[in-house]
Amino acid sequence: MTASVVVTGLGVTAPNGLGARDFWNATLAGKSAIGPLTHFDASPYPAKLAGEITGFTAEDHLPSRLMPQTDRVTRLSLIAADWALADARVRPAELPEFDMGVITASSAGGFEFSQRELKNLWSQGGQYVSAYQSFAWFYAVNTGQISIRNGMKGPSGVVVTDQSGGLDAVAQARRQIRKGTRLVVAGAVDALLCSWGWVGLHTSGRLSTATEPTNAYLPFDDRAGGHVAGEGGALLILESAESARARDAKVYGEIAGYAATFDGQEPGLRKAVELALADARLAPSEVDVVFADAAADPELDRIEAETLVAVFGERGVPVTAPKTMTGRLYAGGAALDLATAFLALEDGVIPPTVHVEAAERFGLDLVVSQPRPAALRTALVLARGHGGFNSAMVVRA
Amino acid sequence: MSQTFTLDDLKRILLEGSGAPEGTGLSGDILDTEFSDIGYDSLALLETAGRVEREYGIELDEAVVGDASTPRAFLDAVSAHLMTPAA
Repeated sequence: MTASVVVTGLGVTAPNGLGARDFWNATLAGKSAIGPLTHFDASPYPAKLAGEITGFTAEDHLPSRLMPQTDRVTRLSLIAADWALADARVRPAELPEFDMGVITASSAGGFEFSQRELKNLWSQGGQYVSAYQSFAWFYAVNTGQISIRNGMKGPSGVVVTDQSGGLDAVAQARRQIRKGTRLVVAGAVDALLCSWGWVGLHTSGRLSTATEPTNAYLPFDDRAGGHVAGEGGALLILESAESARARDAKVYGEIAGYAATFDGQEPGLRKAVELALADARLAPSEVDVVFADAAADPELDRIEAETLVAVFGERGVPVTAPKTMTGRLYAGGAALDLATAFLALEDGVIPPTVHVEAAERFGLDLVVSQPRPAALRTALVLARGHGGFNSAMVVRA
Repeated sequence: MSQTFTLDDLKRILLEGSGAPEGTGLSGDILDTEFSDIGYDSLALLETAGRVEREYGIELDEAVVGDASTPRAFLDAVSAHLMTPAA
């Protein structure tokens, strides 16, 4: 028999809100953070809009020793982890260090840090590259720094599967908890809005080149023309239900089902959904809301819509994509969707998909413009990673 | 040209390259305090050595960094190099 794994804490760093409560209030208010990129001069590039985190000063939250050795993404990750632990009322120093693990996903590692060091390398020479470059760029750096800061030496790791990674990391955490680890910090934060990262993002061919924030990222809309990139994400505290009960923790809900597939001759998304529902032992009719991957690419939108209609029936389940307010956060995006799903279950309300006019032909019941109150027990979160990754996760209150 | 490398130089370079440690940190008499007790790990010393090499135009042996566990030992090692500059 497999143990039930629950979420007891949320730490959110999102473009439209810092902290789970700020983010959730902004999301219900339909507050979009998509706007002109300000972190560097984006005028020479085709895509000029992004979902940036503003009003964030890492020095206010982290010790001086960490500043020279961390990229922006790691600072955001460390703060998200701190907030998630505080939300869960967990003091890591009071727990045995090998009972706690850290499993994050990453799409790019510390890009901005690397850009600066590589620039030093080529313009001034190897002597000018920081010793901290040895790890500050690395995909696993967020896991490592969270582990060091909190003294967490249990099963840890990193998964690199683009957007899917946010769910894959949580799934890996669930496996480790079922094997006996007491607590895992899991999820993802991504941040690569530097000029080098920006060039890399363009290679997907999926970035929107729109200049008006209100028509730049429009999944399931006839005007869909790619996505807007953003930065941020969420980290979650996962524990066995037994452990959570023993310490009388607040429980957001359970990670009830999960599956991952890879696109082959056929798109693998539908199989991922079906396997995740089977893993959760739930019928499609028991799912109350779907958080869509929402690529805003006509072909990818078609595949996702056909998947949802095939599994749930035409307009068979409410679908939403609050990431229309943040942009796609890559691995961070799926983790943020997962956190959002728990907040939605808690408050009994489906957050909106902003600015979108849902195309009739897709047959989706897309929640647009306004939040929709609903009795929510179960949510399905979907994520597709560039290159053919599909992940589906079912959560239950 | 003779150069000197003082405790203040070392503190400045540590702060620039690796940030300020927590606790008492760099204040007080730290000449014979272990770097690990001050709050700097081996990587911080590697970064510091790299910065000293850049600034003073010298090359430090890896062993120097590895063996210098206190500010005094580090200062002595750098001073020895400053007296016999690398080619």
